[in-house]
Amino acid sequence: MKFDTPATKNPIDRLAVVGQPVDRIDGPLKTTGTARYAYEHHDAVAHPAYGYVVGAGIAKGTIRSMDLADAKASPGVLAIVTADNAGPLGKGDKNTALLLGGPKIEHYHQAIALVVAESFEQARSAARRIHVDYAREPGAFDLARARDSAVKPGTGKPDSAVGDFDGAFAAAAVKLDATYTTPDQSHAMMEPHASTALWDGDKLVIWTSNQMVAWGVADVAKTLGIPKEKVHLMSPFIGGGFGGKLFVRADAILAALGARAAKRPVKVALPRPLMFNNTTHRPATIQRIRLGATREGKLTAIAHESWSGDLPGGKPETAVDQTRLLYAGANRMTALRLAELDLAEANAMRAPGEAPGLMALEIAIDEMAQKLGIDPIQFRIANDTQVDPEHPERPFSKRRLIDCLNVGAEKFGWKARNPRPASTRDGRWLAGLGVAAAFRNNLVTKSGARVRLGKDGIVTVETDMTDIGTGSYTIIAQTAAEMMGVPLHRVVVRLGDSDYPVSSGSGGQWGGNSSTAGVYAACTKLREAVVAKLGLAGEAEFVDGRVRAGGRDVALADAAKGGELVAEDAMEYGDLAERYQQSTFGAHFVEVRVDAATGETRVKRMLAVCAAGRILNPKTARSQVIGAMTMGVGAALSEHLVVDRNAGFFVNHDLAGYEVPVHADIPHLDVVFLDETDPMSSPMKAKGIAELGICGVAAAVANAIHHATGIRVRDYPITLDKLLDRLPPSTDA
Amino acid sequence: MNESDAIDPSRRDALVFGRDLLLGGAAARWAGPSPAQAATANDPQAPVTVKLTLRVNGTAKSLALDTRTTLLDALREHLHLTGTKKGCDHGQCGACTVIAGGRRINACLSLAVMHDGDEITTIEGLGAPGHLHPMQAAFVRHDAYQCGYCTPGQICSSVAMLEELRRGIPSHAGADVAAAPTATPDELRERMSGNICRCGAYSNIIDAIGEVAGVRT
Ligand code: FES
Ligand code: FES
Repeated sequence: MKFDTPATKNPIDRLAVVGQPVDRIDGPLKTTGTARYAYEHHDAVAHPAYGYVVGAGIAKGTIRSMDLADAKASPGVLAIVTADNAGPLGKGDKNTALLLGGPKIEHYHQAIALVVAESFEQARSAARRIHVDYAREPGAFDLARARDSAVKPGTGKPDSAVGDFDGAFAAAAVKLDATYTTPDQSHAMMEPHASTALWDGDKLVIWTSNQMVAWGVADVAKTLGIPKEKVHLMSPFIGGGFGGKLFVRADAILAALGARAAKRPVKVALPRPLMFNNTTHRPATIQRIRLGATREGKLTAIAHESWSGDLPGGKPETAVDQTRLLYAGANRMTALRLAELDLAEANAMRAPGEAPGLMALEIAIDEMAQKLGIDPIQFRIANDTQVDPEHPERPFSKRRLIDCLNVGAEKFGWKARNPRPASTRDGRWLAGLGVAAAFRNNLVTKSGARVRLGKDGIVTVETDMTDIGTGSYTIIAQTAAEMMGVPLHRVVVRLGDSDYPVSSGSGGQWGGNSSTAGVYAACTKLREAVVAKLGLAGEAEFVDGRVRAGGRDVALADAAKGGELVAEDAMEYGDLAERYQQSTFGAHFVEVRVDAATGETRVKRMLAVCAAGRILNPKTARSQVIGAMTMGVGAALSEHLVVDRNAGFFVNHDLAGYEVPVHADIPHLDVVFLDETDPMSSPMKAKGIAELGICGVAAAVANAIHHATGIRVRDYPITLDKLLDRLPPSTDA
Repeated sequence: MNESDAIDPSRRDALVFGRDLLLGGAAARWAGPSPAQAATANDPQAPVTVKLTLRVNGTAKSLALDTRTTLLDALREHLHLTGTKKGCDHGQCGACTVIAGGRRINACLSLAVMHDGDEITTIEGLGAPGHLHPMQAAFVRHDAYQCGYCTPGQICSSVAMLEELRRGIPSHAGADVAAAPTATPDELRERMSGNICRCGAYSNIIDAIGEVAGVRT
């Protein structure tokens, strides 16, 4: 089915099931520990052997020699896989560094061996008896030092320019020129990357924790040099991804190689301390923002440049993207520059581009508003645009940023805020309110599904879509229930299996809208098959388990009396996304307390107002947003992969050293969804929400800290050492 | 308790998720040699094993385990109770929280041999689909999870934590350590801070726990 004209009225609009805040259908499994994750398939695989991954102890160089004798002689060891004995391996299209390194080492903790043993304890113990002799080479690990060597990347659109930025900036009555930094960050999802693999003849069967089943199949096949048809990949439950499980990682490839070498099913989970340097991370950025405005507060010049680093062959963090679309201004430029660094691979993490980009831009906007003496909400409203500023003939499909800001201001009590920084005390605390705009593009991508109508009237959906905590199981069930006119409990959803039709997968906040649109397409076909089977004529209505058309009223299950009906289709997209800029919008409001003596920041209240098309399930969508707000608080206050600039690795590579928010850091969170549909995005009229929720959060926290203390911190995370020597004098000292 | 059709566990019982259950059935389709076949009794290289009994969810389980086996791996790899999760294996995340002798502990920080004869309650012992423990049902109602990987730990932790509150054990969040603590939102947050949820369901988790504890959050 092709979506190339704006959606009109369709069966989803009934909203009997879609749009309702139903509980997750997989909730009873997840809350009882019966949902099975990649390392837990004891039901299908008895007595697997255990693989333990060895990571490189240097950041760059070569392995001179590797002595496996002690490890091989260790009790229970079945096989040891290294680059030396693994046979020829390719590199996945989505990987920058090899997943099994050696003799060349590309980054610290790059996997160099897998020890397979009868038990986990034996594998771990033997792994420590591998003796490696390295020839270390100097590497580049410091973005600030590498900045001058950064180049214009060869891929994507690194530069944009409209009008005459230099002229307009020089002539602007009020100017801001500031540089911001964001640190390397880690996804730190709770389930480590894990895989269970076995060979059934020449066919690889693998359970893994991966957001993108079809990408996974392709890259597993390419790396192992086997046809895609010989890979059966399953990922029914995923313990969090946030972009860190978009790509095949070492656990999957090593489990497959280990199973081949040991002639046994093998399972591998990355040890937590290995994850931070072995897998991908969100790279650090340096961002320079220049804004020029009239005294009345109209932006006339906007420039945003960002520097980031990655391994050779890697990509830049696209931190300037939102700046091309968020505010009006006749003269503008953006630029991305990429430095070569020998740290672990940089890649996508929740809202790549926008998340770090808005961390900088939305402080800059706050700073400019302050310079102008204009309320930061009014300043944003004054510079709103309803068209793509680079292509004014191209309107936004829907853009309700102003409504988000106004609704939030009203609900959060913005009016009562004294605009003067450091003006409000609450006992020993300095109190402050901050705001930031949220912006994230809406991506749509082809997605397929198969739908079955059983003799019992049960509707079964099969698609390789994944549920990484987003609620895919539930919104897909809601979509099928709505389309086929059956209650939710009459729908079965099967996900995350490469035997099922290829879906959008989960990433870039495209999954919810795209995958349900694919289910819509398959259900549309199934409805046609039902109508034909029942010999009905005219427009059919599917309601309450019945099909009504042309004056007849038949039970839906009757259509499958003679045998199951099956329909398969995919939703594909025309050029609506080119003709209309499709984005999602929001506003984040934060109230903080900063300890006047210690500089400790506590978040007191938070509100997000989102305009993101139709909300398919307000309960699960709200969870996506509060989860993203929580991650945004981490980005603002604590998350920071600290680089050892000599040895070349992230030092704090575990969950004690890499500080993600815990219960005590997060207050009750409020979320408001504006009532909206976007007929340009899909027949679901929905858009993405999971990444919008993090966009702008950290800047709203930073702006609240500035409002509380008068201190402008431009380097994340905003830890107390960055405030301590500048705190306002204590009144009660 | 008002549960909608959508979450009525008895109705959902029949439904399966993912392909794995289709492959499973009574016997695993793929099997390596059993450990008994793999190691002979007089193998000098064989690991040091100890016989012990864990009383898990009310049932005595006798095991012969490598002494290095954590309580967590005993549950997950030997008893196949995979509801208890391994998030870090280092006592840093709380995903492995179980209740041992009435106290919540990180099962990854405890060797199985230290628990010979102990009563262990895991998430599977609290409830099952169709018979949810009130805390499990509250988590479903409040959407107090997303990926679900921290969830068994959060639930075991919260059940034991409310018991600690009832027993008057003080915390850093209380103004007066001598006074009986109450289930304020700040107390709940402080006491749950050993259980990380990277999906960031904290706000909903506190709502779910608060509902079970009978307090407004
Ligand atoms: S697995 Fe035990 S605390 Fe993380
Ligand atoms: S639900 Fe995913 S980590 Fe808590």
